[in-house]
Amino acid sequence: MSITQERTTNVIGQRMLRREDPALLTGEAKFVNDLVIPGALHLAVLRSPYAHARIKSIDVSDAASMPGVVAVYTGKDLHSTWAAPMPCAWPVTPDMKNPAHYPLAVDKACYVGDGVAAVLATSEAASRDALDAIDVVYEPLAAVIDLEDALTDRTIIHESIGTNKSYTWNLKVESAEGAVDKAFKTAAFTVSERYVQQRLIPMAMEPRAVAAVPQPFGGDVTLYSATQVPHILKVMTAITLGIPEHQMRVVAPSVGGGFGSKLDVYAEELLCVALARKHGAPVRWVEERSENTQATIHGRGQIQNIELAADKDGKLTAVRVRLIGDMGAYLQLVTPGVPLLGAFLYGGVYDLPQAYDFSCTSVFTTMTPTDAYRGAGRPEATYAIEVAMDALARTMGIDPYELRKRNYIKKEQFYDAAGNPVGYTAFHGLNYDSGDHLAAAEKAMQHADYTGLRKKQKTQNVPGARKRLGIGMTSYFEMCGLAPSRVLASLNYGAGGWESATVRVLPTSKVQVVTGTSPHGQGHETSWAMIAAEKLGVAPEDVDVLHSDTAIAPLGLDTYGSRSLAVGGVAIAGACDKVIDKARLIAAHQLECAAEDLEFAKGVFSVKGSPDKAVPIAAIAFAAFTAHNLPDGVEPNLEAQYTHDPKNFSWPFGTHICVVEVDTETGKVDVLKYVAVDDCGNQINPLIVEGQVHGGVVQGMAQALYEEAVYDQDGNLKTSNLAEYLVPAACDVPPITTDFTVTPSTTNQLGVKGIGEAGTIGAASAVMNAVIDALSGLGITSLDMPASPNNVWKALQSVQGGKQ
Amino acid sequence: MIPAAFDYKRAGSAEEAIALIGQHGDEAKFLAGGHSLIPLMKLRLAQPTVLVDIGRVKDLSYVKDAGNHIAIGALTRHMDVEKSPVLKQHVPLLAHAASHVGDAQVRHRGTIGGSIAHADPASDLPATTLALGATYVVQGPNGKREIAAKDFYRGFLESALAPDEMLVEIKVPKMNGAGWSFQKFNRRAQDWAIVGVAAWRNNGTSGVALVNMGSTPVLAAAVSAALSSGASVADAANRAADDAEPQSDLNASVEYRTHLAKVLVRRALEEASK
Repeated sequence: MSITQERTTNVIGQRMLRREDPALLTGEAKFVNDLVIPGALHLAVLRSPYAHARIKSIDVSDAASMPGVVAVYTGKDLHSTWAAPMPCAWPVTPDMKNPAHYPLAVDKACYVGDGVAAVLATSEAASRDALDAIDVVYEPLAAVIDLEDALTDRTIIHESIGTNKSYTWNLKVESAEGAVDKAFKTAAFTVSERYVQQRLIPMAMEPRAVAAVPQPFGGDVTLYSATQVPHILKVMTAITLGIPEHQMRVVAPSVGGGFGSKLDVYAEELLCVALARKHGAPVRWVEERSENTQATIHGRGQIQNIELAADKDGKLTAVRVRLIGDMGAYLQLVTPGVPLLGAFLYGGVYDLPQAYDFSCTSVFTTMTPTDAYRGAGRPEATYAIEVAMDALARTMGIDPYELRKRNYIKKEQFYDAAGNPVGYTAFHGLNYDSGDHLAAAEKAMQHADYTGLRKKQKTQNVPGARKRLGIGMTSYFEMCGLAPSRVLASLNYGAGGWESATVRVLPTSKVQVVTGTSPHGQGHETSWAMIAAEKLGVAPEDVDVLHSDTAIAPLGLDTYGSRSLAVGGVAIAGACDKVIDKARLIAAHQLECAAEDLEFAKGVFSVKGSPDKAVPIAAIAFAAFTAHNLPDGVEPNLEAQYTHDPKNFSWPFGTHICVVEVDTETGKVDVLKYVAVDDCGNQINPLIVEGQVHGGVVQGMAQALYEEAVYDQDGNLKTSNLAEYLVPAACDVPPITTDFTVTPSTTNQLGVKGIGEAGTIGAASAVMNAVIDALSGLGITSLDMPASPNNVWKALQSVQGGKQ
Repeated sequence: MIPAAFDYKRAGSAEEAIALIGQHGDEAKFLAGGHSLIPLMKLRLAQPTVLVDIGRVKDLSYVKDAGNHIAIGALTRHMDVEKSPVLKQHVPLLAHAASHVGDAQVRHRGTIGGSIAHADPASDLPATTLALGATYVVQGPNGKREIAAKDFYRGFLESALAPDEMLVEIKVPKMNGAGWSFQKFNRRAQDWAIVGVAAWRNNGTSGVALVNMGSTPVLAAAVSAALSSGASVADAANRAADDAEPQSDLNASVEYRTHLAKVLVRRALEEASK
């Protein structure tokens, strides 16, 4: 059909089913724990039952003599094994305090779940049984679980640093000295709000699992791990264990989700490698679910104080933010950087002048270390500005959408006077590449029937109504595509933000794409094949995607921060360009014409104006392989490697609207409707984009309504299994309407932005704004997450004195 | 995830099961559907040294019309209780309550006898059979005896079953067209109830029992007494927690649970009165 033939896009933009799914859905995919490794010893870790305790003595003799037990180690036994403490790659300030953190605690346990001893046994059951036989004498110390209390240094957790404070990081941007103070003094309206971002447990479907396999001679080790970051893990394992980097190989087989929790270097990975080398035998470990809730990082954990100043029309004139960040007991890989990733977003999607004052103080507590969790810093920031915007609208007595409309960065502001797309340079100096916030918001309003809902609300929310209607919205920016290496340098991050790709056309014209991204549920194999197929003019099923093995894909910075497409996908497109450039030289040689006289479309080089003089890339690939007749100076084989360092972050955006009903008798919140209009620029595979939005929205909604890692005063985690930690299931999820606007990114050739975290970034504030909107008529203007029935009922009691 | 070591015995009949339990003493446990016991063992909160598997005792899985009552074999799976035409006709409250137990996988494995013998106050079927005035038939080395549901629950996960006795049958009176309601309040659809209510009303009589309102399933006798003395539904519902001693947990404070019980009993009685 001629219309199809004329399309410039054949593959990109199609709703292709994921090639990953048949193996996943039939249980054939191989996760770390599915690997058959003959002769492997099993590691089990004894964990501290105390949040904070001195280790007085450990008697392992009974455990060591149990059947099947090969060895038992304490933190003291292994101390000399470590060449360096466990890594934190993000020293955000020069004076940041980072206490030494080892895979097993030596003198002191600092959270419930801190490893204190390790058993190696010939079976998993024997390793677990032996844990019960280890006798540890602890001297319990006071737990520190309250962030503000921790800052008083009443109980010091790490004596070596003498304080519980890790760092204070500031971002103050003023057009003139004192601009913020002045804006607040002269503001027509101000709001001052305090929000608590509760701790969340990432709860990937696959818990962590590790297997370290030493080679019999020469010292090489292969580390299999359920990780998001095989490349980072390879470098860090080499450094921490003093192993030459070229002798470390890391493989991430099928990985069952991460959400940031597998973006880390963990004690068990280091223990398995160290003990495998020591014993000359493979060592493996798999995490139990309740162990996962304590020994794998938590997310969020912030107290946010945010103040907004606005003029008489509600136009924002200044934002002031004071954060306290809960680091947990130790700094993990990027723990201290998480609040910084949000630091640029407390101005939201609004045209804020240079009057911004952000400061974050981060503190140690005796709880599981925190680190990046889906959105990392950006959901927190979006929550604060968006819930505060609703508070400002209430203060002014205007509609929250009207207030936002008055403040949105306008579409025109992304263009210069001549109409060139130059992006919008925000108050903090970062450039937002493109956007049209009003268009996305209008689309969401139409889907939700906002005007109709407001009318219905007036008639429904009468005094005494058993069910009250609430409508909440949020407009967000997702700063993603981590990241331009130079920006990371300015934030003191310990690595770059580039991504690498190799594209190889084989002699039979099948294509191999080698990527440095490391998928764990996102569908990269499908999407990356689509990009290469589009660029090279081959069928997607003729493209294979290789990844997640440092021996096969030696260069890469892995998958997190919605970076894989905007950085890694763009790298693949760049490598394809280099392949085409090389193929063009060979084609010109064969067709006896100048390279610049050739055009390339749908996999065929043809001479401009003489379409019958043509050669397909398949023939070029074979010619490059035989190398019988190549032009001078052209190397055999058709392969190219390209590393993409993004010029800018990418800035997806959108508006989400949530509609709830709150039962005023029971406090239960029912989500009636959820509309997500997102703009992630061009979409490679809309089916995958929608899936990412669905999952993200549910995860954000879960923070608003269900999930919370609860600690008691003694520092015990009370929500250490899936009966107590409430991850919503499919039947708890309301219908989600997804729609999109498309504003291509102007800073990469695919015009893509990323979508992995968008849903999570938008959802929590949209849901909470809806809940508060339902109840504000009764006098409830603030509510902590999660808005559980008990919490909502308590709030109702406080305003109604128990009277309905 | 890995339980402590235990021995496994499989019984072919109730008699054999009782003999095996008698032989192995206090440290032995019956294994039926395993949906309460196995999770406790995996967390090593329960460490029986012998499991007597009664899952294949076939003649204990049935639903029979026995005239005034329906007889249900202890090993009848929740799904079979839920789908039973006999129960749907004569004891619809129980069939409906069974459809609220866990998720479909749990209902295909778990058994009504296992749930009742486990005596978990947060489970749906102990309270529902209590509201219905059921009688439990238990069998020991010396034969069978009957225990009324209201005398069965003694404390948290404790029942009137002797260590060498096995629950073999549940006798549930026919409802004879009574109005009924089952209210299960939870945060996620497949969770245990934060508070649940099983209730029926027929002419002057009623039965109301509460899920998760104390250390045992609770018969809300004060509510029924108020109703039979002519109180309004709203007034009777205010007596909902009179016989309960609710605990506080992550999902609900004592005050909130008490409040919920009153709201849910009122809603249940309103529905049962329709």
